[in-house]
Amino acid sequence: MFKYCINKVLELIPTFVGISILAFGLIRLVPGDPIMLLLGERGADPEVYREMQASLGLNKSLPTQYIGLIKNLARADLGTSIISKRPVWDEFKDRFPATVELGMCGMIFAIVIGIPFGIIAALKRNGPLDYFLMGTSLIGFSMPIFWWGLILILFFSIHLGLTPVSGRIAIEFDVPIKTGFLLIDTLLIQGHDKYAAFLSALKHLILPSIALGTIPLAITARMTRSSMLEVLGEDYIRTAKAKGLPRRQIILNHALRNALIPIITVVGLTFGSIITGAILTETIFSWPGIGKWMVSSITARDYPVIQSGIMIIATCVILVNMVVDLLCAWANPKLRGKY
Amino acid sequence: MEEDSSPVKKFIKDIAANKGAMIGFIFVALFFILAIFAPFFAPFDPTTLHTDALRLPPLWALEGKSGHLLGTDDVGRDIFSRLIYGARVSLGVGLAVVSLSLTAGTLFGLLSGFYGGLVDKFIMRTMDILMALPSILLSIVVVAILGPGLNNAVIAVAIVAIPGLTRVVRASVMNEKHKQYVMAAKIFGRGDLGIMFKEILPNCAAPLIVQGTLGFSEGILNAAALGFLGLGAQPPTPEWGTMLSDSRSFIESSPWMVTLPGLCILIVVLGFNLFGDGLRDTLDPRLKKI
Repeated sequence: MFKYCINKVLELIPTFVGISILAFGLIRLVPGDPIMLLLGERGADPEVYREMQASLGLNKSLPTQYIGLIKNLARADLGTSIISKRPVWDEFKDRFPATVELGMCGMIFAIVIGIPFGIIAALKRNGPLDYFLMGTSLIGFSMPIFWWGLILILFFSIHLGLTPVSGRIAIEFDVPIKTGFLLIDTLLIQGHDKYAAFLSALKHLILPSIALGTIPLAITARMTRSSMLEVLGEDYIRTAKAKGLPRRQIILNHALRNALIPIITVVGLTFGSIITGAILTETIFSWPGIGKWMVSSITARDYPVIQSGIMIIATCVILVNMVVDLLCAWANPKLRGKY
Repeated sequence: MEEDSSPVKKFIKDIAANKGAMIGFIFVALFFILAIFAPFFAPFDPTTLHTDALRLPPLWALEGKSGHLLGTDDVGRDIFSRLIYGARVSLGVGLAVVSLSLTAGTLFGLLSGFYGGLVDKFIMRTMDILMALPSILLSIVVVAILGPGLNNAVIAVAIVAIPGLTRVVRASVMNEKHKQYVMAAKIFGRGDLGIMFKEILPNCAAPLIVQGTLGFSEGILNAAALGFLGLGAQPPTPEWGTMLSDSRSFIESSPWMVTLPGLCILIVVLGFNLFGDGLRDTLDPRLKKI
């Protein structure tokens, strides 16, 4: 197991190098002069031009520039945003909890509904309920979530007036930021409007979580169904039935527990798609997270932010995938055989 | 000839018995017909501005007073015609994305699976890097480099689809390359290229067809998402994602402008997914998820 871990970690090195080259190449691949693009149409002043060039480090040779980037990364210096003039790392730190909070709620929504859906579908295999649940999840799987979010707003916010349209919390609450997670921060407020603030934060979370969780929900339900079906055909299930164990115990203790390994893998690997979903969901609901940040940086051509944002997000995805791999290898020794 | 035609007949029989696949096939076929004969079905030109009929609701909400079946948008373009022409744009996007990514994915997968060793390591590491970036983010990056527009969005979405296809092709090549017919071809002195394309590739056709079909839905969805973010097709192109993003600010006053384009995306993507799932069940039982 130890050897497997070491190998997995070593495998990451070339991937990281590749990602850094990709992020590095981005700003240099843009057709035309990035500085002219940044300065806009009136920025032809040679003094300003040289200053800009020096501050972006674009006046040195390519290898020097690349080594500079790696050195800065090693010092955790991700550069400064051109638009806000703040360090990229600070900008990221402010927004990351919002995305994590949204992503967690979306995943909880997906798992809490998706796993029971899958179990029921597997138990009622080829019955009308199975067809209905699997049909619904295929619709969820095919959902353009940028439209789904708008439809949710149209129905729940505009038509029924139940939920807010955008943002993280109603404007009248002034929540001191401690953890960055508003569900926790609101509860830490001293004073009587604590629960009102918490409720407001929760209400703001509902629609974005549904929009973000829909595709993972569909994937979880489909995966749970097929994994359960596989397990339900095993000999030990027949043995448990023959022993006369209660049905509930067989399904939850014997079948589900063994069916969970592939489910965990798939849920872990949807992390990348959560980020994709977050980019779209945050744009629709004006959610101040990293997805919206990336999109607005790209429209504003804020290259230091794009470059570092790509590095950070890719690193998160790679690390999560590695953890999922390791967890699977830990749960299922057969997978370690490669090494 | 008799033996050659029987697997095809069996396939048609199998797929016709698969209800989901047939429903998907009907959606897909309707979509193709609409796209190909768009000028025939559309009552108006998709970019003509009917300035006397701005944001007109659909016919049923207006008790038949206007000539616009599904209403008009904020500058008075006929939504029904735009949706039909949108099918044409999406079909083009789907075809372009699938052919680009299938070509590249097949090539990389064949090289990687057939030669193994360093070639395989290099190609697969590169694919890992592409896969580490979430699909929309990667397409956004590509569009940021190339600039927004429909063609660049297609390239971006195709690049995103390559790693998955490469892996599928590589896996089937590795499965096939030790089989006896490949040995036989080697003994007969066939070159590497001949073995790869003439011997191995036809035997990997089943997963490729399945992935190609599913690639359509993926491509259409991602290109629409880019359009929605303002990075794909630019107005006045009647692209569904772009239409959706243009009409966002009218969601309260004219909800039909938002509802209809998204519904089209959903139906087409669902159709391709249903059909692709059915194809997988019949063509490639190994990949079948029980």
